[in-house]
Amino acid sequence: MLRYANPKRFLDLSATLLPFLWVLAIALLGWGLYEAIFVVPPDYQQGDSVRIMYVHVPSAWMGSFIYGFMFIASVVGLVWKHPLADAAAKEAAPIGACFTAACLITGSLWGKPMWGTYWIWDARLTSMLVLLFLYLGYIGIWSAIEDRAKAARAAAILCVVGVINIPIIRFSVEWWDTLHQGPSVVRFENGKLSPSIDPSMLWPLLAAGLGCTFLFFALLFVRMRTEIARRRIRTLMSARAAA
Amino acid sequence: MSAFIALLRRDLTLAFRVGGGPFLGLAFFLTVTALLPLGVGARLGLLGEAAAGFLWVAAALAALLSLDRLFQADAEDGTLDQLALGSLPLELAVLAKCLAHWLTTGLPLAFAAPVLALLLNMPIEGYLPLTLSLLIGSPVFSLAGAIGAALTAGLRRGGLLLSLLVLPLFVPVVIFGAGTVSLAMGGQSNLGAFLFLGAASLFALVLAPLAAAAALRIHLS
Repeated sequence: MLRYANPKRFLDLSATLLPFLWVLAIALLGWGLYEAIFVVPPDYQQGDSVRIMYVHVPSAWMGSFIYGFMFIASVVGLVWKHPLADAAAKEAAPIGACFTAACLITGSLWGKPMWGTYWIWDARLTSMLVLLFLYLGYIGIWSAIEDRAKAARAAAILCVVGVINIPIIRFSVEWWDTLHQGPSVVRFENGKLSPSIDPSMLWPLLAAGLGCTFLFFALLFVRMRTEIARRRIRTLMSARAAA
Repeated sequence: MSAFIALLRRDLTLAFRVGGGPFLGLAFFLTVTALLPLGVGARLGLLGEAAAGFLWVAAALAALLSLDRLFQADAEDGTLDQLALGSLPLELAVLAKCLAHWLTTGLPLAFAAPVLALLLNMPIEGYLPLTLSLLIGSPVFSLAGAIGAALTAGLRRGGLLLSLLVLPLFVPVVIFGAGTVSLAMGGQSNLGAFLFLGAASLFALVLAPLAAAAALRIHLS
């Protein structure tokens, strides 16, 4: 992994990978959402509103996944002090915040017809909201500290502290109150992992989830390339100003 | 050890002579408590039900209000650099400052809480769990808050950012802290919630000084 941490190598590699990532993201999301909107039968209780699930659940996955990604990038940045890892964590944060917000908004829209309310202070909703605050704090600290290297280390420390705290928050809000259903896409049954929804609904959901993952990496690579270019321009301009 | 005590004594002296010590925190606590009935209406039943949770939120806010000065003044006048150069490890210096912060905010609030609970018409069986839970849980506010304070130490307007960084860390403590009281009033066992608060405090006691010291070193370098 460190071999590709060289910005030049990263630029080459990401330029090669980006078209594939875009194609995969668009194809998977396109197929998944087409199935979700036109093919999957309406739920016997929830009717057509169940289709929100195909946006809501992948967004929730991505919200947590991206924070995990940022954690790994932050640890790499703290240990090896590599600017590319810092850039990866920094550029992932707004995408993660958007997915988390999308999860909250779609969940709220889904909650109104199903639970009869847009928002309740339920365990999963609350922990997702706290996750959004963690993202915002992370973005906030990047923009508050001017010196890039210092901002990177401060943000990395914050991210690591947040990861330690997430399970505690998760556990404590669950103990506190819960209405949201438990994890129900896959369950342990008779000692093995088995899907608990019909394949006709499982595949579009997985495709949407995978599509979101590819979308994340595509967006991340574009953002990181922009960041590298921005840094280069700044160096060039300060060199010119000094000359 | 003597350096630790010297730093603790210095911070306490500063808190008493410059900031009014624990009294300022208590005054804030009292004012906020007076605002609650004005805001939600003076129905005694409603106030009594909300009292425990509200006092915990007020304690979190009171801690938050003083946290942005935890390292700020020392960072500005260079004391922090001296501390980092001194014989005392920076982690222990952070711990001394957290202890001073808790002694002047968390501890007085814990003892004042029953009086304010009386004003808010909280049932009497909640008093003991409220005081105990604040005693056990409020160190987390000072310790976890120190991480945020250290991260924002060098910033000119770090106060608002500080609350955004720190409030998510306060969530579990507020839940279980208020939980000890509502469980007691519901006649259920609140031992689990107390054990959790204790665990959170010990956890923060070990890890928070490390993280806060690492964050301070960023600004010192």
